[in-house]
Amino acid sequence: MVEIRFHGRGGQGTVMATILLAKAFFRDGYYVQSFPLFGVERRGAPVEAYLRLDQSEILIRTNVYTPDHVVVLDQTLLESIDVTVGLKKGGWILLNRPSLPANLDSFSDYSLAVVDATHIALKNSLGTRTQPIVNTAVMGSLARVLGIPSMAAISEAIREEIPRQPKANIKAAETAYQKVKLVGEIEKNMQI
Amino acid sequence: MRHVLEGSHAVSEAVRLARAQVISAYPITPQTHIVEQLSEYCANGTLNARFLRVESEHSALAALIGAASSGVRTFTATSSQGLALMHELLHWASGARLPIVMAQVNRAMAPGWNIWADQTDSLAQRDTGWVQFYCENGQEVLDTTIQAFRLAEWVNLPVMVNLDAFFLSHTYEPVDVPDQKSVDSFLPPYKPRFQLDLANPCAFNQLAPPNIYMEMRHNIQMAMDEAFTFFEQMEEEFGTILGRRHGAVEAIRCDDAEVILITSGTVTSTSRQVVAKLREKGEKVGLLKIKLFRPFPLNLLRELTKPASKIAVIDRNFSFGASGIFAQEVKAALCNFPGHPPVYGYVAGLGGRDITTEVIEDIYWLTKNSTAPENESSWVGLREVDHAVGQS
Repeated sequence: MVEIRFHGRGGQGTVMATILLAKAFFRDGYYVQSFPLFGVERRGAPVEAYLRLDQSEILIRTNVYTPDHVVVLDQTLLESIDVTVGLKKGGWILLNRPSLPANLDSFSDYSLAVVDATHIALKNSLGTRTQPIVNTAVMGSLARVLGIPSMAAISEAIREEIPRQPKANIKAAETAYQKVKLVGEIEKNMQI
Repeated sequence: MRHVLEGSHAVSEAVRLARAQVISAYPITPQTHIVEQLSEYCANGTLNARFLRVESEHSALAALIGAASSGVRTFTATSSQGLALMHELLHWASGARLPIVMAQVNRAMAPGWNIWADQTDSLAQRDTGWVQFYCENGQEVLDTTIQAFRLAEWVNLPVMVNLDAFFLSHTYEPVDVPDQKSVDSFLPPYKPRFQLDLANPCAFNQLAPPNIYMEMRHNIQMAMDEAFTFFEQMEEEFGTILGRRHGAVEAIRCDDAEVILITSGTVTSTSRQVVAKLREKGEKVGLLKIKLFRPFPLNLLRELTKPASKIAVIDRNFSFGASGIFAQEVKAALCNFPGHPPVYGYVAGLGGRDITTEVIEDIYWLTKNSTAPENESSWVGLREVDHAVGQS
């Protein structure tokens, strides 16, 4: 089973990203389970959501404590939250930010990927300047990082679930798939 | 066809497929997405039902009592304080023998404010004459909600379908949504045995003096007995048409089990995984899921727990001054049965605290390694708190 934790802020589409990814993975033949951190929802407040996928039926119905990978939709969260809590060694951290962080020390146990999802969202007129909706761009980049699900499945999930601007959302996902920078093991070796 | 659905929406789809005719609900917290989706279905014509948005849960059920009395299929959904506010009318619905179906998302009672998973809300209503089910996943919620209408209309009793807050209500997973034709063949249109009818004017719910009231109560108990019998038959039919059976109770590897864990709701699902893992290690552990709480499946429970030397009941609920409520019921079911296994009661996960695989494993080992159960429930995972009152 693979468990992925998503960090974002209320209004960015964090929970929707996990739902759409669940639908995309399901299309590609996986068993899926997704849910938000169970709490009270507020715009702008830190949000967590989770995705489980497996080849067989998922029975566990608890919170996620030791994710395999982490996705961060809002880089300002790095200042207030340790996004690596419980993250398994070697797991991917996918960050939405314009470029690589200057100091990679805190990520040395993990594989790092960076995508400028905010830029891609704005280019595709998703959300507003102050409140870009970055979730579909992040989904596309995650598909590249993990090698799953297929972009076809992501496009289908977006087409089915997002009534507004489905084309722009699919384009954002596709662009992010191309543009995401996978630092991963290579960069860490360079650091050493 | 299978879709990735939220637990709440599994209920909404079931109510759509059941062709409910009047839906009444209060839309504010602690309400869930169940009626949000249904109000959209009513607004866009997907479901040909009257949607009543009322000013309280008390009114929501009162409106359905009126609607059901006129002979139509009715549905509402609520949680915690909302259910508590319905209390008076819960009795009214069963006493008037109205087949109302309710989805009840199990949320903790306030104060302190807490919208998380806890079964005390619905279990506190156990004596109101409603049939009660507790479900463990989205599929079971969908199937059970459809079945609830059939059962309610067969025995003329209201039915409550319970699902854990968040762990089920807000969790997306693959759920098979049956086609309308299959559901129609399982659940024909509602034919009321009595109704408010201008052509045949009758008065309902009149004075019932001592010479008749007791018989009316006994009739409700007879209907509960019939509900149990009919449930089996109904599940057979459901299984023939839709290929699934869930059972009033389900015994997993209980035949040769030394310790049997008894669970309800989503804890069952996680426990399946724990039991499989412990079995791999050679532990003789079984799992007994209780889905049907009212009528309580006494005889099944007695039969299925026979082989065990110990029973451990996990309760995500509590009766103050006593113990976990499922544990009480299990003890009551077994007490006149000589040589029954001792019952260990554990309280865990109140107010949405997670019942992890570790918690369930701990409960197994505590039970296995103990010589005799305590009278009270053991509170699992309780943190140290300052019990003193009036000190800072």
